[in-house]
Amino acid sequence: MSNNVLRRLYPKGNYFMQGDEAIAYGAIFAGCRFYAGYPITPASEIAETMSRELPKVGGYYIQMEDEIGSIAAIIGASWTGLKTMTATSGPGFSLMMENIGYAIMTETPAVIVDVQRSGPSTGQATKGAQGDFFQARWGTHGDHPAIALSPSSVEECFWITIDAFNLSERFRMPVMVLADGIVGHMREQIRIPDPDEVSIIERKLPTNMEETKYPFGRELVPPMPIFGKGYFTHVTGSTHKETGMRDVFTPSVHDRLVRRIHEKVREHEKDIVKWEEKFTDDAEILVISWGISAKPSLGAVLRARKEGIKAGFFRVITIHPFPGKRINELGKDVKAIVVPEMNLGQLILEVQRFTNDDVKLIGVNKIGGVPITSDEVYRAISGVMS
Amino acid sequence: MKKYRMLKYLREEVLPTTMCPGCGGGTVLNVFANAIDELGIDPRNLVMVSGIGCAAWIPSPYFKSDTLHTTHGRPVAFATGIKIGLPDKYVVVISGDGDLAGIGGNHLIHAARRNIDITVILVNNFIYGMTGGQVAPTTPFGAKTTTTPYGNVEHPLDISETIAKAGASYVARWTTAHPFALLKAIKKAMVKKGFALVEVISQCPVQYGRRNELRTATEMLKWFLKVSVPLKKAAKMSLEELEGRITIGEFVDVDRPEFVEELNRLIEKGE
Repeated sequence: MSNNVLRRLYPKGNYFMQGDEAIAYGAIFAGCRFYAGYPITPASEIAETMSRELPKVGGYYIQMEDEIGSIAAIIGASWTGLKTMTATSGPGFSLMMENIGYAIMTETPAVIVDVQRSGPSTGQATKGAQGDFFQARWGTHGDHPAIALSPSSVEECFWITIDAFNLSERFRMPVMVLADGIVGHMREQIRIPDPDEVSIIERKLPTNMEETKYPFGRELVPPMPIFGKGYFTHVTGSTHKETGMRDVFTPSVHDRLVRRIHEKVREHEKDIVKWEEKFTDDAEILVISWGISAKPSLGAVLRARKEGIKAGFFRVITIHPFPGKRINELGKDVKAIVVPEMNLGQLILEVQRFTNDDVKLIGVNKIGGVPITSDEVYRAISGVMS
Repeated sequence: MKKYRMLKYLREEVLPTTMCPGCGGGTVLNVFANAIDELGIDPRNLVMVSGIGCAAWIPSPYFKSDTLHTTHGRPVAFATGIKIGLPDKYVVVISGDGDLAGIGGNHLIHAARRNIDITVILVNNFIYGMTGGQVAPTTPFGAKTTTTPYGNVEHPLDISETIAKAGASYVARWTTAHPFALLKAIKKAMVKKGFALVEVISQCPVQYGRRNELRTATEMLKWFLKVSVPLKKAAKMSLEELEGRITIGEFVDVDRPEFVEELNRLIEKGE
């Protein structure tokens, strides 16, 4: 039924819409049928779109009393077999952190969208920023893996949300989408595909009672015995054995569980990590950026090329896990790396981890809620050359 | 030795329970098992959710059903997602006063307001037991705890009164000294369409009683019987007379549109 419904409701073709709306439609195409959220600028349009569209496709929208309740509800709903999402911005993302850890520990698929805004604290509530790079990685406590993707355009908001659902279902873990207030509110033309053009991954479910006995181990990604089927599954955020039963005292139980959760990402890093590169073959200067700041970065690289400067462009799509290996390879052949981002230097720290000391690192950092211009990036590039 | 009749509802491999001797949690576990037994509810149709603390251990891991042991204060919010996904199942939250009314108070109020069909059994022992006996939002005025060594200077929250006002379909309060009335209330709460709360005043001789001249479970139960006042009688009493008393009985029993049914109606309209 589903594909025909999508075809009827959202015929393939070109549409003009906001990034936030594209995230909502991406989620619906990915199979999301449960959304819980709490209003916050600049992410609210995702909730508004979901509240309007979900009932049409047989899905549920609920506005919870806060962000903590929102992520709790989507984790609960995920255990009933639904694909679930919430969306928020910086302050709400901070509130969700404890339960992001819970979803990691209980191996629950869910998608969390953070449309980043200026901070710290309330900051400039309505302005975009890119300051949550490390919050996505290390916001929750303890040792854990993280998958976070960042879109640069409205069209990519659609596809990255689908990727996030697919990764989340495949690895049974929460996946984050780090958009920002500018890409979220920007309007661009996007092409809505036919549902058949979208490949969808569904979580592995047990096929018999035997497979329900070890929902938290024995395999790297064990089948998920969802609720309501008579499996008597026990789920806890406390350290648990492969059966799900709590054991917080045996060191080896904790070690085995947490290492396996890490391995899910580490072992498949190659399939997860995504980036985009242009003009990197002969580049002497490399511009590495992410999210919305990658747009002016590419503009600056194109201009530099016109001026005869051998500039290359590298856009980080999965901010976690980080494409450090490729950056390390590229870094060997360049004089300098320019890193534009709307914060005072976060991505640049990751770039630094993967580059040699003789490579000059130059941050183009702009805060205040105004996007970086290609002029500003170009000035950094030409500054290196002169 | 005679086998415990309700053992079929428990995960035998994790017994005995971690509850302290004399804890009211055992009574709640027993009464709840009897309630679903008498109602003939298949545990495969039951999803149990709990938060953090002593009472959260009553369903998790002991109850043989699908069980979700969640973060502190949030079980009602988790249960909200579960109920929407599984509207035909019984979704039950069992947790403590600190968890549900302290850190989780707002979720409790809003679930009642929404009137989502979840049954919440709130075990109120006036204290943060598992973490060492600190003051709770339910600790009586003047009572001693590890963080109120000079006596509590705050006033306790009347949970049942609050949730009844918030819009729940069913609210009742009993103590562990009233197990048969409690059983009846839990049965009513389970079959009630809409949000149902059963508050159980429960003894914690170890963390609460010991510091407040109620050293044993028996002393605490006797105290419950002494200070309990049925709601009807309480209605005729003055505020001064009610000071330090526990009102017991049904606070509300009404029918209102239920949230998940309303959500599903939106979908039907769309189709």
